[in-house]
Amino acid sequence: MTTATGTNPHSTSNSDHAALAGKFNKDELRVDWHDKTLWFIRKKRDKAAWQIPEWEELREIASQIKNNVLSNLRTYLLEFEEKAQKNGITVHWASDAEEHNKIVYDILSRAGINKVVKSKSMLTEECHLNEYLATKGVEVIDTDLGERIVQLAGEPPSHIVLPCIHWKKEEIGQLFSEHLGTPEGNSDPQFLTAAARIHLRQHFMSSKLAITGVNFAVAETGEFVVCTNEGNADLGVQLADIHIACMGIEKIIPKRKHLGVFLRLLARSATGQPITTYSSHFRRPRKGQTMHIVLVDNGRSERLGSPDFRSALKCIRCGACMNTCPVYRRSGGHSYHYAIAGPIGAILAPGLDMKKHADLPFASTLCGSCTNVCPVKIDIHDQLYRWRQVLTQNGHVGFLKQSGIKGMAAVLSSYKIYQFAGSAGRWLLKYLPFSVNNRFNAWYKQREMPKAPDQSFGDWYKGNRKKKVEKIEN
Amino acid sequence: MNSRETILERLGKNSPQDSPLPALPVAGSGMPDPVEKFKTILESIGGTVVHVSTWQEIKVYLNQYFSTKARWINGVPELTRVDDAINFGVDPHQFENVLLTILRGHFGVAENGAVWITDDKMGDRALPFICEHLAVIINSKDIYHTMHEAYDHTDHSEYDFGTFIAGPSKTADIEQSLVLGAHGPKSMTVFLLSES
Repeated sequence: MTTATGTNPHSTSNSDHAALAGKFNKDELRVDWHDKTLWFIRKKRDKAAWQIPEWEELREIASQIKNNVLSNLRTYLLEFEEKAQKNGITVHWASDAEEHNKIVYDILSRAGINKVVKSKSMLTEECHLNEYLATKGVEVIDTDLGERIVQLAGEPPSHIVLPCIHWKKEEIGQLFSEHLGTPEGNSDPQFLTAAARIHLRQHFMSSKLAITGVNFAVAETGEFVVCTNEGNADLGVQLADIHIACMGIEKIIPKRKHLGVFLRLLARSATGQPITTYSSHFRRPRKGQTMHIVLVDNGRSERLGSPDFRSALKCIRCGACMNTCPVYRRSGGHSYHYAIAGPIGAILAPGLDMKKHADLPFASTLCGSCTNVCPVKIDIHDQLYRWRQVLTQNGHVGFLKQSGIKGMAAVLSSYKIYQFAGSAGRWLLKYLPFSVNNRFNAWYKQREMPKAPDQSFGDWYKGNRKKKVEKIEN
Repeated sequence: MNSRETILERLGKNSPQDSPLPALPVAGSGMPDPVEKFKTILESIGGTVVHVSTWQEIKVYLNQYFSTKARWINGVPELTRVDDAINFGVDPHQFENVLLTILRGHFGVAENGAVWITDDKMGDRALPFICEHLAVIINSKDIYHTMHEAYDHTDHSEYDFGTFIAGPSKTADIEQSLVLGAHGPKSMTVFLLSES
C-alpha cells in the first residue's frame, strides 16, 4: 500500500517527536514542499484578516466570550441541554472517550445499523471512535475528501483542517487506483475529486446513520452549528434517519449573536476563506429523523481547574497555529503522535497523558507565532513553556536533557565559567572540529557548525575600547 | 453519581471567576455598497451573481443555462416552471437525480457572499445539498454588511434547520488545488431581484 510517511504513527508510538520528525526530514524535497504549502495558507490567512479593519478587536471579543464560557460552563451546558431536549434532541453525557464510544455504539446497535458516514470531527479522532467501532464490526466511512484519503491509507489525519496536507497528488492517484479503480497514473485533482464524489455518493445514499462534529453549540437556543466546505456533513445528515453530533463540552457559546463573531474568525483563520461554504444550524430533527448530541468531557472539566492551562479550552480548531509554526511545517503532523498536531496539540495532549506526550511541549522554538495568529488569543507559547516546567518537575524529562539544561544554567550563571566555556568552544571548533561535528551532537544534524571567531566579543570590546581611549588621549 | 452529575459537579468546582461578556462590534458601520461587495466576494469564491428586475428574467436565464430536459425542483411559487411536482415529505434519496434546485433565500451577507436559507423554504432539507446545481433568489435590498447584522435580523426567527451557503461545494484537499463540486452542488447562482 502507498503511504506518504510510512506506518501509522499513532499506533506505533514508541518514538518521540524528534525521532518521528527525523523520519519526515529524510525526504528533504517533501519537507520543503510541505513547509511552503502551509506557509502559503498562513499568507492567505493574513490577507483575509487584513480585509477586516476590526480584526484585532474581533479576536479580543472572541477571547472574552470564551473566557465568559469557561466561567459559566456548567450553567451554559444545563441551559443548552434543556433547550436541546425541548427541541426534540436526545442529550447524552460522556465523562471520557470510552463512554463516548459506548454511547455511539449503543445508538447504532439498538437501531441495528452497522455502517455510518462520518464528517470531520476531531473529538471522534481524540476518542478513537473509528477504531472502537471497527472492533464492533461497524464500517465507518469518513466523508471529508482529505479524511477519506488518509482513511484508505490506514493513517490518521496529519492536520485538523487539512487532513492529507502531507500527501502528493501522484500518491493519491496511486491510492485511488488501488481502492477506487481509477486509471493508474492519473493524478489530476479535478479527476480524482470527481472519482471520490461518485464513490462517496454511494455511501451517502446507503447509510442510515450520520455522525458529525460540532463547531459551536448555542446555550440560548439549543441549536448547534457544523461548518464544512464540501457539504459532506449536510449530505450525510439530511439523507440519514439518525444524526449523532459529538462535541467537547467547551464548544458551547452563550448566545446566537455570538456566532457572528466566531463565523467571521473561523474560516479566515483556517484557510483565508471569508466563510466556509456551509454553516449549518441544526435546531430540530426533521420529521421522522432522530437527533442525538453527545457531550464529552474527557479531561476538560479537570483542565478547567488549572489556571495555567485552562485557556487551551478556548480553541475553536481552526489550525492557524499549525500553518504558522516553523516546527510543524518542517516536521509534519504525524510527528506529534496525537489526534491534534501542532502547537495547540502540544499543549492539549500532555493534559490527557503527561508521560506519553512529555516530548511535545519541547517541539517548539517558543517563537510565539502561534499565539499571534490564534483567533481566540490562547497564550499557546507561554503554555508550551509552562508545560516544560511541569513536565520536568514531574520527572518526565530525560536525564540527558535535564543535565544539559543544568549544565547550561551553571555556565550562564557564572562569568568565569562562561568565559572559559567560550574560549574552550572556540579552541575545539578550530583545532578539534570532529569533537563537535559528529552524530552525538544533535545541533550538527542537518546543520554545519559555525566557523569559530578568533576572539570573543568581550575580548574584542576590551581591545577596541583601549584603542579608542588611547586615540582620544592623543 | 452518573457521568452527567460528575461532570457538572467538577465544572462547578473548577470554574474560574466570572468574566463578563463583551459588547459586539456595531454592525456594518461606515461600509460601502453591500450589493457590490456581495457580488465581488461571492464571485471570488466560485459563485455566480445575476442582477434581475423581473421573475421572467430569472426564467429566461435558467432555461438558457440549465438543460430543461433534466429534473428541476422549484421551491419558489413565483416561478411557474415546475417539471417535477414538488412532492415534499417523501424519501430524500429520490432527489439524487435533481439537476437544479431553485430556492428562495432570506438575505445575503456582503462580507462573505453567504446566503441564509431556512428549511421552511427548502421543502426538503436535502435539496440544497444533493442537487448538481443550486439557484437562490434574494431581494437585492436584503443584503447585510456583516455577520453581526445577519444575526441581528434573525434573532427571533423560528426555523428547525437553517444554513448559510456561500458558493458551490468545494475542496482543496488534493495538493491545495481548488475543485468545485466536492459532494454537493457544482455551481451556485444567486439572483439579486430588484423589482421596481
